Amino acid sequence: MKSPVRLERRLEQPKWLNWAIPVISLLGALAVGAIVLLLTGKNPIDVYQRIFERGFLSTRALTGTLRTATPFAFTGLCAAAAFRLGVINIGGEGQLYMGAIGASYVGLVMGNSYPVGIVIIAMVFAGMIFGGMYAGFVGLLRAQFNTNEIITSLMMNYIAGIVLNYLIFNSLSYWRDPRSAGFPSGKPLDKRAFWPSYEIGGVGISFGLILAAFVAIAVWVLYKRSRFGFEIGVIADSPRAARYIGIRTKTTIVVVTALSGALAGIGGASQVGDFTHYLDAKGLQLNSFGYTGIVVAALARLNPLGAIVVAILLGGLTNAGYSLQGPDFPSGLVGTLQGLILFTAVAGEILMKYRVKRNTAAKKATVAL
Amino acid sequence: MNNSLLIVILASAIFYGTPLLFAALGGVFTERSGVLNLGVEGMMLIGGVSGAWASQHIGGSAWFTVFASILVAMFAGGLTALLHAFLCVTLKANQTVAGLSITIFAGALGLSSYFANVWKVAAHPVTRPIRKLDVFGLADAPVVGPLLFNHTILTYVSWVLVAASSFYLFRTKTGLQLRAVGESPQTADAMGINVVKYRYFHTVLGGMLAGIGGAFYSLAIVSTWVDGLTKGAGWIAIALVIFGFWRPDLTLVGAYLFGALQSLGTTLKARSFHISGDLLDALPFIMTIVVLVLVSSRFAHKRLGAPAALGVPYEREER
Repeated sequence: MKSPVRLERRLEQPKWLNWAIPVISLLGALAVGAIVLLLTGKNPIDVYQRIFERGFLSTRALTGTLRTATPFAFTGLCAAAAFRLGVINIGGEGQLYMGAIGASYVGLVMGNSYPVGIVIIAMVFAGMIFGGMYAGFVGLLRAQFNTNEIITSLMMNYIAGIVLNYLIFNSLSYWRDPRSAGFPSGKPLDKRAFWPSYEIGGVGISFGLILAAFVAIAVWVLYKRSRFGFEIGVIADSPRAARYIGIRTKTTIVVVTALSGALAGIGGASQVGDFTHYLDAKGLQLNSFGYTGIVVAALARLNPLGAIVVAILLGGLTNAGYSLQGPDFPSGLVGTLQGLILFTAVAGEILMKYRVKRNTAAKKATVAL
Repeated sequence: MNNSLLIVILASAIFYGTPLLFAALGGVFTERSGVLNLGVEGMMLIGGVSGAWASQHIGGSAWFTVFASILVAMFAGGLTALLHAFLCVTLKANQTVAGLSITIFAGALGLSSYFANVWKVAAHPVTRPIRKLDVFGLADAPVVGPLLFNHTILTYVSWVLVAASSFYLFRTKTGLQLRAVGESPQTADAMGINVVKYRYFHTVLGGMLAGIGGAFYSLAIVSTWVDGLTKGAGWIAIALVIFGFWRPDLTLVGAYLFGALQSLGTTLKARSFHISGDLLDALPFIMTIVVLVLVSSRFAHKRLGAPAALGVPYEREER
């Protein structure tokens, strides 16, 4: 039995594939999602229409979408930065928690005694340092002992979640509001530690999202235009070649993994500074920001600028999921669709490497036999 | 005597280690064929939710219900693994990201939760859980009772499975060919072994075993459906394959070690030990990292290393 199509290796990869493949992947995911919906007795057109309306079609929907997109942008950048080196850091989730812990600490300490701008900058840096060090440990294990970073970074996610629970629910830590005896919650930040938000045409935009856009440009420049970025590319393509030409592979792995964690850490800082204004141990763990970041990075084909666009797209999907949740829109649907998007994005990579051709020649051959 | 702390911990290590053992054995098969499966967590959850659903909807005798739900869980896990095999073998995709996509797609916030909602699985506890047996009436015998004669049927199946898979991998021709596919698909192909078939079959087999592991959570450990009830067990199972150096017998040791760590919290809390519950919860994850660092030293890798072609898609036209 011959398959009706065959794959032919592409000799060169045309530029237009860079945006065509993500679009095809997205459409493919929606098509497969429609099958799942049909099998479980839902009307896919109806569901997709409502997602689009609640995600993008009103100023209120867009405000929510951009809010949801903010952490996705940072975790997406986190995944993209590490994946480009071939370090599969899937610990964005835990690194984001750590960033939130660091930023809320600084916000609580400095909030009522320093000027607004200084507090915000300090919170961003605290998020970066906490997230970066948390990820740097994973990078160090990988560089020094060749330990599988996929599993260690994932284990660190669970540990970070337990640390969050400990700080807010199971101890009288500095982060916990001493007045919240009955139902423990985080200590509220002073107003001066609140990050600003802007409004354009009735759509609210958080400081964090704007920061994400600038960070994305910085990461793009670092990877595409700097010597360091070039070295990262060499290591990703051939670690052996990198060693021969004298690139310090181990140091680069640690630095890049820490950088990737720092990006997720800003996402955590933004959660505290932009939105919750206290360390929300439960809320942070509900949304799987880190895993969505992997989807963002893959669909953006590891391009930092693309990651911002994709984060907004997935923010719309997720935000629509929040507002639609109910008997007609079961909670697992958004995650299922996100998984399918990643699935089709991975599958779509084959179109980058190969050209799909009708298998006519083979058919004739079998007939002749 | 059977109430002594050591016996209780050892017995619960076997109980909690059973799902890890199933999932990790599945991982051994899959990785031996050269396919890296990071979708185990997702496959376990799909198995768990389908097993719970089947247990609520399939009538007949209690034994039949348990048997049928395990079959359904196997089928569902295998089907999820088929997707993974399609990505990795047919489309030659990046196996790491492919596995992650399966875990996100099927995982705690994905399809398993969606099915649970649509089928209303969480609405009722499982009425016919997988119970511990009293084999030969020896369950209360001192020491050996709780350790050997008071387990669920799946635990006994897993013991047979460990022996059978060791035999299969190292004493049969198919097992030898499987290892050849994982070590050097080019050579295997040249010998006339169907690389694609071996990889598909063992990936699906791995998914079926992961499905059983998931069903053990929803039907025996938790006995009801909770979204994401495996809580990272799938990832620990992936690490166990590495700790076990891709060998079924060592995997069993690792699974029970981590079963002990997972059950330690429950056991010690029940005896009102004054120890931080959070620390105990974190222990399996911390230990996974520690053991992983220990076994990933260069020495261990050279002697008892991974299949050489693990994670590398096989492309015939290349050399």
